[in-house]
Amino acid sequence: MALLRCALRSGKDAVGAILRREFHKTSAASLQMTVRDALNQAMDEELERDELVFLLGEEVAQYDGAYKVSRGLWKKYGDKRIVDTPITEMGFAGIAVGAAMAGLRPICEFMTFNFSMQAIDQVINSAAKTYYMSAGLQPVPVVFRGPNGASAGVAAQHSQCFAAWYGHCPGLKVISPWNSEDAKGLLKSAIRDDNPVVFLENELMYGVPFEMSEEAQSKDFTIPIGKAKVERPGDHITVVSHSRYVGHCLEAAAILAKEGIECEVINLRTIRPMDVETIETSVMKTNHLVTVEGGWPQFGVGAEICAMIMEGPAFNYLDAPAVRVTGVDIPMPYAKILEDNSVPQIKDIIFSVKKTLNV
Amino acid sequence: MRKMLTIISNVLRASTKKNGARVVVSSRSYADFTPQASFDIKGCDLHRLEEGPAQQAVLTREEGLQYYRTLQMMRRMELKADQLYKQKIIRGFCHLYDGQEACAVGIEAGINPTDHLITAYRAHGYTLTRGGTVREIMAELTGRRGGIAKGKGGSMHMYTKNFYGGNGIVGAQVPLGAGVALACKYQGRNELCVTLYGDGAANQGQIFETYNMASLWKLPCIFICENNKYGMGTSVERAAASTDYYKRGDFIPGLRVDGMDVLCVREATKFAADHCRAGKGPILMELQTYRYHGHSMSDPGVSYRTREEIQEVRSKSDPISMLKERMLSNNMTNVEELKEIDVEVRKEIEDAAQFATTDPEPPLEELCNHLFSNDQPLEVRGTHPWTKLKSVS
Repeated sequence: MALLRCALRSGKDAVGAILRREFHKTSAASLQMTVRDALNQAMDEELERDELVFLLGEEVAQYDGAYKVSRGLWKKYGDKRIVDTPITEMGFAGIAVGAAMAGLRPICEFMTFNFSMQAIDQVINSAAKTYYMSAGLQPVPVVFRGPNGASAGVAAQHSQCFAAWYGHCPGLKVISPWNSEDAKGLLKSAIRDDNPVVFLENELMYGVPFEMSEEAQSKDFTIPIGKAKVERPGDHITVVSHSRYVGHCLEAAAILAKEGIECEVINLRTIRPMDVETIETSVMKTNHLVTVEGGWPQFGVGAEICAMIMEGPAFNYLDAPAVRVTGVDIPMPYAKILEDNSVPQIKDIIFSVKKTLNV
Repeated sequence: MRKMLTIISNVLRASTKKNGARVVVSSRSYADFTPQASFDIKGCDLHRLEEGPAQQAVLTREEGLQYYRTLQMMRRMELKADQLYKQKIIRGFCHLYDGQEACAVGIEAGINPTDHLITAYRAHGYTLTRGGTVREIMAELTGRRGGIAKGKGGSMHMYTKNFYGGNGIVGAQVPLGAGVALACKYQGRNELCVTLYGDGAANQGQIFETYNMASLWKLPCIFICENNKYGMGTSVERAAASTDYYKRGDFIPGLRVDGMDVLCVREATKFAADHCRAGKGPILMELQTYRYHGHSMSDPGVSYRTREEIQEVRSKSDPISMLKERMLSNNMTNVEELKEIDVEVRKEIEDAAQFATTDPEPPLEELCNHLFSNDQPLEVRGTHPWTKLKSVS
């Protein structure tokens, strides 16, 4: 079935790949899929696999999803499994947590994670801490998902990255996928996990197509939570990132490679629990570290990585201080020129790499 | 000497005779006691309801004795907790339930064990009615390994089957309860969820969000406001523009119930449960009740209300006295039988307190356990980079 689909698509894709600005090599056995479709497929497969899984959130049903991530699901599964909620985050997040406590496996969508602040007490105090407070009596198998971080022109109240806020809390698992395989494999794992998972997507990535390996096309394809992936091996410097900026790091790496600088690009995939070992192994090889994230610098993901590296075996291998490339420490402005200069650009990554390498 | 022996033997014979007589009276008395009686109970104020619960309640002897025992157990347990707190054996927060016992006991009598219940932090009474033992409740208060949450939760975080705590954040338990109700409806199991909150919490926005969704989706949820007239130190008049809490659900039918009368509470709960089970959606009950203690053990409870007020409720409306008088005046029991129960209750409380003060604290090796359910063991960072702690599910 997958093979047939591939055969039909590969011809169409070859043309499509050339026409699109961003493309990745297509092979006969693989398939191009956008992040949006990968998320959709993950939810579809898990809804089919387990009757206890259901989706709730604003516009997830009849509107097909504010960003069309849940397109077609309501038509297929109906009102019971795909539930449109009123605009009452604290209420419906609490309802999702209560349903999880009573044995269901809800996926609670926040239209963006900015709105999760209205419900953050339910995520932290009702979901994250309960298994511990009850000494193992009360599990909470809930997934909170939605777009996180900057979008395009949505200004300050709609552009915050919550990776650091949620990554701070014990009892939560926090995932930040980059590409389609990440999105599908990690969302399936999140839904199958018996614990509260915060799943941070990125709106700007929804429409980006990526190659899906044959393995990734399987209905049982999952990616383990808590393992980072080396997207591109290199010997000179370790560049660690998550979500959309992994793509920026790879583009920076391609440019730097022309100058003979080989970056090892690590895609964190999971913010919490963070895979420090993969970063340490890499730093012990390359002796240099730059972290890249969209969020604000203070108390952020990069700050945590640097602290962990300092405290671990990799510190002695550093030939230069580890540095962070982050969003600018301001609320997100609206005007395009201002917004573009508020988030890490490829030139910022290249600059930081060269500075760290002292070249 | 002989005189003394005679006296002693007389006394012994007399007491044997008395004991013997008592045994005979008891066995004779089961036939003697009224097996059940019907009581007039206060009517409920109604909101969007044509009729309310019946104004008569039938109480059997067994029920009465069982309610009495549970009410008394709850009362004594809370008073013992007061004692242990003052001895600094219980620490942190301790919100006592004495005075409000008729609510917990009446509600439990009106639902099934397979139904679900969630409340806020004044939760010891509910932990008991939902299946917790006094031992494990008290040991949780004293933070020992034999506690119902192994000492990790404390007063506000106790859980049993179909009882979701014990919740520390005011109002947060209400959406949770509606979520439990959603799960009941989703799984088609004819179960419902009783979701409790206080008069203080009743003004929380998330409660109104919950009313909305519970109504829209017809969730089998009984919202219950335990109105004990004070949200910590703030009287209801100073906190709420409308103190008709049973009407605050607006489009949700409501009833206001005498929360000091266990039979009133039971009948109202049955009425509400029938409503939910018939698929009519949520319903709201306001239980008018009273707490003898302050908000918590840190609050003497007399700066915002008078001792006279507390004393008046104790003398006129105490739930235990009310039930006792009803049963005695209808010959459903006698003073001796009730005293026997008191003695048993006291003993169980003493044993529990003994356990709670002697059981060891949780082992440090288990500090980091229970972070995640059904997961691989993981390493947890300690207070400095050289401590690596182990965590298992």
